This record gives sequence, structure tokens and C-alpha cells, in this order.
Amino acid sequence: MRKKLNTVMEGTLLLSGNEAVARGAWESGVHFASAYPGTPSTEILETIAEEYDEIDAQWAPNEKVGLEVVAGASFAGARVLSAMKHVGLNVAADPLFTLSYIGATGGIVIVSADDPGMHSSQNEQDNRLMGKAAKVVVLEPSDSQEAKDMVGEGLRISEEFDTPVLLRMTTRICHSKSLVSVGPRKEVAVKGYKGDIRKRVPIPAHARAMHGRVEKRLREMSEWGAGSMLNRIEEGDPSVGVITSGISYQYVKDVYPEASVLKIGMSNPLPWKLIEKFIGMVDRVVFVEENEPFLEDAVRARFLIEADGKNIIPVEGELNPEIVRNALRPESVKALTWQAIDLPARPPSLCPGCPHRGAFYCLSKIKGSSTGDIGCYTLGLMPPYNALETTVCMGASIGVLSGIEKAVGRVGMGKLVAAIGESTFVHSGITGLIDMVYNGNTGTVMIMDNSLTAMTGGQQNPTTGKNLKGGDAPVLDLEGLVRACGVEHVRVVDPHDLKEMEKVLKEEIEREVLSVIITRRPCIMSYRPKKRVVATVDLEKCIGCRQCMKLGCPAISWEEDHPDISGLLCWPNCNMCVQVCPVGAISKDLGGLE
Amino acid sequence: MTPVTNVIICGTGGQGILLASEVLCSAARSAGNDVKKSEVHGMAQRGGSVSSHVRFGDKIYSPLVEKGFADLILAMEKMEGLRWASYLAPKGKLVACDLRINPMTVNTGLAEYPDIDAIMIEEKLPVSLVPAVEIAEELGNMKVVNVVLIGAISTHLPIDLEHWHKAVKEQVPSKFLEINLEAFRRGRELFG
Repeated sequence: MRKKLNTVMEGTLLLSGNEAVARGAWESGVHFASAYPGTPSTEILETIAEEYDEIDAQWAPNEKVGLEVVAGASFAGARVLSAMKHVGLNVAADPLFTLSYIGATGGIVIVSADDPGMHSSQNEQDNRLMGKAAKVVVLEPSDSQEAKDMVGEGLRISEEFDTPVLLRMTTRICHSKSLVSVGPRKEVAVKGYKGDIRKRVPIPAHARAMHGRVEKRLREMSEWGAGSMLNRIEEGDPSVGVITSGISYQYVKDVYPEASVLKIGMSNPLPWKLIEKFIGMVDRVVFVEENEPFLEDAVRARFLIEADGKNIIPVEGELNPEIVRNALRPESVKALTWQAIDLPARPPSLCPGCPHRGAFYCLSKIKGSSTGDIGCYTLGLMPPYNALETTVCMGASIGVLSGIEKAVGRVGMGKLVAAIGESTFVHSGITGLIDMVYNGNTGTVMIMDNSLTAMTGGQQNPTTGKNLKGGDAPVLDLEGLVRACGVEHVRVVDPHDLKEMEKVLKEEIEREVLSVIITRRPCIMSYRPKKRVVATVDLEKCIGCRQCMKLGCPAISWEEDHPDISGLLCWPNCNMCVQVCPVGAISKDLGGLE
Repeated sequence: MTPVTNVIICGTGGQGILLASEVLCSAARSAGNDVKKSEVHGMAQRGGSVSSHVRFGDKIYSPLVEKGFADLILAMEKMEGLRWASYLAPKGKLVACDLRINPMTVNTGLAEYPDIDAIMIEEKLPVSLVPAVEIAEELGNMKVVNVVLIGAISTHLPIDLEHWHKAVKEQVPSKFLEINLEAFRRGRELFG
């Protein structure tokens, strides 16, 4: 049995950036943490919950609430951490921008896990810009050791300069492992709650004074940053000076170890004096940064220098060593021995046994489609379903469906429904549904309740009956909630019962008033079947009609004139292929597994 | 100064790639190296392509292997090995599990699974195909395929046997230790 990490007081551990953030929070005496799951940030709170009992950690219904809860704990003098993916910070932007004015009583570190390259996201926004717009401190680690250290330093800065601190990570920092030297936890006392309306009630008279303090704070921090260990000059060949931050720093060190480097660890406010010094030391300045020209624009505007940056390094996409080599040192590029080979893509797909498959199979069968949302079920867009046509952000499926009806009417909307997972519905779909009721919409909302926040790896949420630490929690009554919003027609259906699923979809789409369908069956990640039973094909009976292929099940592949069902992949508690076969050629004895 | 060793482990979601790369990292660390590894989670968990980059040596900066610099690629599925071929260094090696897993694009008829063996010969790839699935079947546990493959690459890397054993012990649950050590041994003897 592996020792829990809160019993390891010294030594070196191989930690991911996310695990290092959790460790940093623990060592720095963080009392409380709250987050909504989002790739690539999810493991921060999971690690805290699994390894560090001293920190009270919980899932919030969305990022805005997560940040508000930690803000309150900070007001009461606790050290706090909130974590989210980059687009989660958009949801939390409202509290963030005013929290910047209010400041921190107990230290506040907010982790924004950006996703250059969009490995698992819908956009590529660079939240250094959000931090700058919110006028908060932005720290950028370049490996796990720095991720850990910057949590501690961030909390200290937060308390000393009375500001929230944004720890801006990226996928490559969150999900890369490197060695981290660790120490014991340093307990910090919770200061206690004391009301202070001039500090915490930003009515205009107070807020004007607050804004003045924010501007002063940024000037002071820029001065302070020039002498901080967060930013450093690594003197090398003076002919090239690279200004860089985050993971880009590591690529620069690999492909051009001789170059002079200014490594920026605090990218807002920028340490102007240190930057000025560095510019004076080198002949040519090159900015190497992922996504936006954040450092480049600011430095060039201030010092009016000629420099290379986004003219040689793309704004879009994730950087890697070869992109940086091509830009920084094209003369060192060697021809590849083997060229990339053109191969069929291997996109993700719904798991074998996934409850969403039944819903999308039926929607596709009746020639319907959906306005979609953020979760596994976004995969409803893939063939053979082709049953999802829009995705904007968390919760948008419902608003988008309403808007389509407003533009083209009930008939023009056709067989579109809104498809949204239960966790996403709780996150920010509820308000969309209230809007539909309030403004007289007639569409159908399909809440796909698999009782797990699945896309991010399987997290608990207010509908699951469990909390982050594995304890029992009240189960949110979705049907009651939907009815309370004013929806009269609410139907719950098992999406694996294909006949019933199809019937309910047809009836509710035809219904001339607003309705909600809740498709309910647990995600396959949330339980282990007791028996290993798999579907088999009777080749004597099979007529080669390919109906089973319309399920898009990864366990079923087509061999010349018949399906082949993989015993390795087939999910025991599922018999949808048995249901769709018109001649009974597929069989499976579920033997009480239901 | 020990030169940096660059390894890429690739395959499809659910094949145990993350455990394999953890074993490699443990062994490399036990042998006294600086180690970094990088992988991408998220959408990859739904049966898509998965890869893990591992680099070790005296001092490691980038967690990503640069294209054209991989000393070794371990592919848990044949086609995924080909997908990373351009990352191989001139003297690099590709060790691939002799296993085909159709992507959904093939299942739904949008693409055909290519003749991987023919392409490997045509491109003169420095590849060794390993019957890891058959070995795991003989051992009676399909979950040890990844450890058979780790055994298979162990002789290709500058890490002594004791560190591999220690790493397997660290990374697998104790009740499955015996079968995993046996799986490692069977993989390793393929390249004696």
C-alpha cells in the first residue's frame, strides 16, 4: 500500500504540474479549496482530496461559485485555492474582476489551466490577458517544481500586496511530470472574519478608492518583480536574447542552450527594470511564447525595440521543440530520416456501453438532431449519429435552441432538441431553461443524466449523492428542479431501452409545448459489472444488414459481410446491439446483470 | 555527462500506456537520472490515440521529445507506431505490439485499416513486432500486455535490470506482482 503523500515530509517526488500545485497548497498551509472539474485542471482538487486531508476541498457546481466560496473563506482569513480550465475563468470572471479591487485577507491563488493546442477544449484563449484585464498578479510556472513553489510564493504575494494571484498553467505543465523537492506542511492560522465595508463593499464611493489602490499595487509590484526570484536573467551568448515564460522556456533551453535568456515567472505586472536591463545586454531580442504575443506586445510598446516574435512563431497551436528550433535556430534543423505517414485518424468515441449511445442512436434514427453542449455527448456529432450540430460553451445548448426557435419558429426548428449532460445542466443550463419557460419557447430539452461528470475522467457532482472526498451528499432532484422552473412535461427514460427512448423522443418533439426528457443510466465508469458476459453473433442468422453498425459501438467492427464483436471491448451491462438486430442474430445473456 | 534518452510510448485509450510510462520513469529515476514525462489526457480517454513522452539523463528541460530525436518508440498498437515514425532518430528503434485495433473511422467505413506490415517494410522502418498479446494470454491475464512490452524494450535502454525490477514492484499492485514480474521476464527474453 502506497503511503499517502501527507506523510512524506522530505525528499524528491516525480509529480505532474497538477499534483505539484496540490502539494504546494498543502505545504503552504492552504485551508480550503474549491473548483469545478475541467481538463487540464481536474487533478488538482482530486489530488488534494486524495492525499491531503488537512485541506478542506470540494467541487462547486460551476467556476463562479467555486471562486466566490474561496473568496468568502479568504475574507474570513483562510488561505485558499480555486482551480479551473481556461474557459472556466470566463464563468468566474465576474467575481474575479471585483475581487481584484477587494483584495485578499487570507491568500488567494486561482489556477487557470489553459489549453494551447486545444487538446480538450473549444478555444485557445490565453488567460494572461484575462489576468491583465482583471489587474491581478499572473504567475507562470515552467515545470512542476515551479508550480509547487509558485503556489507558496503566490499566497505570500497575495497577502503582502492584498491581491488575488492567478497561477497560469498550460496543459503541458499540468500533465507533465518532473522532479519536485518536497517539505512538510507549514500551518498558518485562520485570521478570523471581521467586517470591513470600505474594503469589501464596492459601492461607487468605495470602489473609486479601491481602483486607486489597485493601480498603486501594480506599480509597486512591477518594481518588486525586478528583484524577485520569479524573474531571472540567464546570461549567455549576447548576440541573442530570448524573452520567454512557461513551457516555452524549456524548449528554448533544449534547442539553444547558449542563448541569453530572460525567464519571466511573473507576467503581470511585468518587471520593467529587469526587462530594460536585459534588452541592454543583448544584440537581438526574440520572444518565444505560446499563443498570444503577451510579452512581446507589452515590451515592444514600452521600449519601442525591433524584435522577433510572432513573425517567426505562430499564435495558434501549442509550441514544441521543433517549432522553436525552426524559429530560433533554423540552421540547426536536420532532415528527418522518416517522414510522417498518412494514416486513418483515431478520434475519440463514446465508450462501449455508454448510455448516451442509445439517445443519439434514436435521435439519429428519427432524423432528429441537437444543439449540443460540453461533455462526452459532444461526440454525438460523429458518424454514424451525425446528431449534434452546435456547441458554444457550458450550458449553451438550451439558449441556442431557444434562439433558433425565435428566429425560424417551431416548424423551422424541425427535430432539433437541446442535448446537455446533468452536470452541465447544473453548471449553467438551469438559467437557459428558466429563460425558455419565461419567454414561451416550445422546444425539447434532453438532459442526459449519467450521474457523473464523465468527460473529465469521472467526478462527482450535486446529482450523484457523493462529494469530492467520497462522503455522502444529498442528491439533487432533477425532475423536481425542472418542474419548479415551470416545465409541465418531464419524462424520465432509460436510454438503453431503445424502443422506449425512440417513442419518448418522437412524442416530446411533436408536443406543442416545452418539455424535458431526462435520459437516465449511470456512466460505465461509475460501477464495475459483476459478470463478464459479451454479445455474440450467430453467422447462420446474420443477413449482413449493418443495422448494428448504426450504433457506432467501438466493440463492433465489420468483417466483409458480418459484424464482429470484440469480447475485450464489449460492455457486460449493455444489449443495444441485441435490440437493433432485426433477425435475432446477436445474443447476450444479461443474467440478472441489470 | 550521460546523453539524454528519448522514448515515446503510444497506443490507444485503455491499453495501459500510463502505467507503462510510470514503470519506465521509476526505473530511470532509480538509476539516478533526471526524468520528465508528458502525456495528454482528456478526449484521449475515449478510445482515441494516446501517447506518453519520457526523457531521462543528467538534466532534462523539455518534457516533449523533438521530432527526429526518439531513441525508442514503444507502440502498443501497430498503426499507432507508424503514426509516430517521423519522431525516430536516425538510429532509433520501433518496438510494436503485433496488435490491430480498428479506429472508429475504420469501423464506420470512412477509412480502411492500412497494411501496416507492408508499409513497415516499404519504409525500411527499424521495427520489431512483439507477440505481447499471445504472451499475456499464455500467462492468463490480458492486463499484463503492457508489462510484457516494457520487458521487451528494457534491453534497448541504458537502465540495469535491478532498476526495472524495483520499478515494476513500485508501480503494480502487490497482489499482481508475481504475474507482472513474469510478464516482464517473458518480454525481456525476446531480445535476450
